[in-house]
Amino acid sequence: MTEIFSGLIPYILTGLQVTLEVTVLALGMGFLIGLALALLRVYGGKASSSIIAVVTMVIRALPHILLLLLAYFAIAAVVNLTPFWAGSLSLAIISSAYQCEILRGALLSVGAGQMMAARTLGMTRLQAIRHIILPQALRQAIPAWSNEAAIVVKDSSLVYVLGVPEILRKAQYYSARTYQPFTAFIAVAVVYFLLTFLTNRGLSALERKLRTPG
Amino acid sequence: MVEPIIRLDNIHKSYGKDDILKGISLEIMEGEVVVIIGPSGTGKSTLLRCINQLTVPNSGRVWVDGVELTDPKVDINKARRHIGFVFQDVNLFNHLNALNNISIGLKLVLGMPAPNAKEKALLELKRVGLEQKADLYPGQLSGGQKQRVAIARALAMDPRVMLFDEPTSALDPELIGEVLEVMKKLAREGMTMVCVTHEMGFAREVASRIIFMEHGVVVEEGSPEQMFANPQFNRTREFLGKISELYGKHTE
Repeated sequence: MTEIFSGLIPYILTGLQVTLEVTVLALGMGFLIGLALALLRVYGGKASSSIIAVVTMVIRALPHILLLLLAYFAIAAVVNLTPFWAGSLSLAIISSAYQCEILRGALLSVGAGQMMAARTLGMTRLQAIRHIILPQALRQAIPAWSNEAAIVVKDSSLVYVLGVPEILRKAQYYSARTYQPFTAFIAVAVVYFLLTFLTNRGLSALERKLRTPG
Repeated sequence: MVEPIIRLDNIHKSYGKDDILKGISLEIMEGEVVVIIGPSGTGKSTLLRCINQLTVPNSGRVWVDGVELTDPKVDINKARRHIGFVFQDVNLFNHLNALNNISIGLKLVLGMPAPNAKEKALLELKRVGLEQKADLYPGQLSGGQKQRVAIARALAMDPRVMLFDEPTSALDPELIGEVLEVMKKLAREGMTMVCVTHEMGFAREVASRIIFMEHGVVVEEGSPEQMFANPQFNRTREFLGKISELYGKHTE
């Protein structure tokens, strides 16, 4: 029992920082890419919109682990990135496809009248998007985005296959060394649960804080 | 010779095979209050939207305050600053309180410093009798209050003309009066106004001219007295009779 607290948990937690970094990078970069794609889909020309629609559809149709491996080897062929960065970037690209859909829906949920009203005041399209549409759309997007955040927390475990020492890999090492797979994986399960739980709680709090009165 | 402040020359607009506007020409002088009436689907709103190029006509030219807005080289964002527009469905910015709904245009479009924009916004709210509601969000205001804030938002930009697209049609009957009061006050102050509305009490009281449109053309126009008492066309008489019955009463 003491071994769990003195050995297992501290050992797995050495991977926690990597898990958190991969998650934050994938979510953050995925948000920026996804937002750019969503804006192009909603406000861009027909060509860019169709291309993005096809690409995001393909990404969303394939298993994440397969995409991760494909992206990893594609990236490795072009630039020399560490598995950590290649893995995070791959997860970001995967997540951006989902975030693009979330944000597209949110952008479309803001009525066309808002854009018209902004334009009648003399705002440019860009000003209207930035100051009128986005603040409303992003608020709308929080619940769905929170779901995506939970998925990315869990998907961060996929970089395991690239040899990145995040918590699942640490648990794997521990299990191989001590022949206690069950204890090791239960501990990791608890960590993932807490991460997902806290992420959702945090985002719900943010949603309440940003809610427009009335 | 005094130039008209709004001039439309042979405006055509069609959506696919549907001809909405079939060659409308119109001159509106400074200080005029023009009320456009006509059955729904006649192109009244489209015509109004053609004035500030929210809808771009297929052909024809539009001048406002000496600037040709249909000129492809014109900076339309700059031109729109001084053309106030009030929507049937209000379209207040839902994430901003009443004050910020008004000040955001001042800050972003006119580049006014925040304290000045706030001061001006409060003044405009006062003008529509809502200075007490400055901190409330659209979701916390009644329909009539929202529309008054929307009018204040347009007025804050110091418009040369105000366009109203059925500003009371989506309101509960008991809220229409407060919006019409604000509009009447504006008319008496000398604002140039083009209003698509079926509020005949309003038309009778403040309109300098009533324009009756049907099927994308102007059927008849004239002063309220002439249009109500002695319209030239039977169709005008019939239509005016019908809407006076429907809309006229509660504002008289």
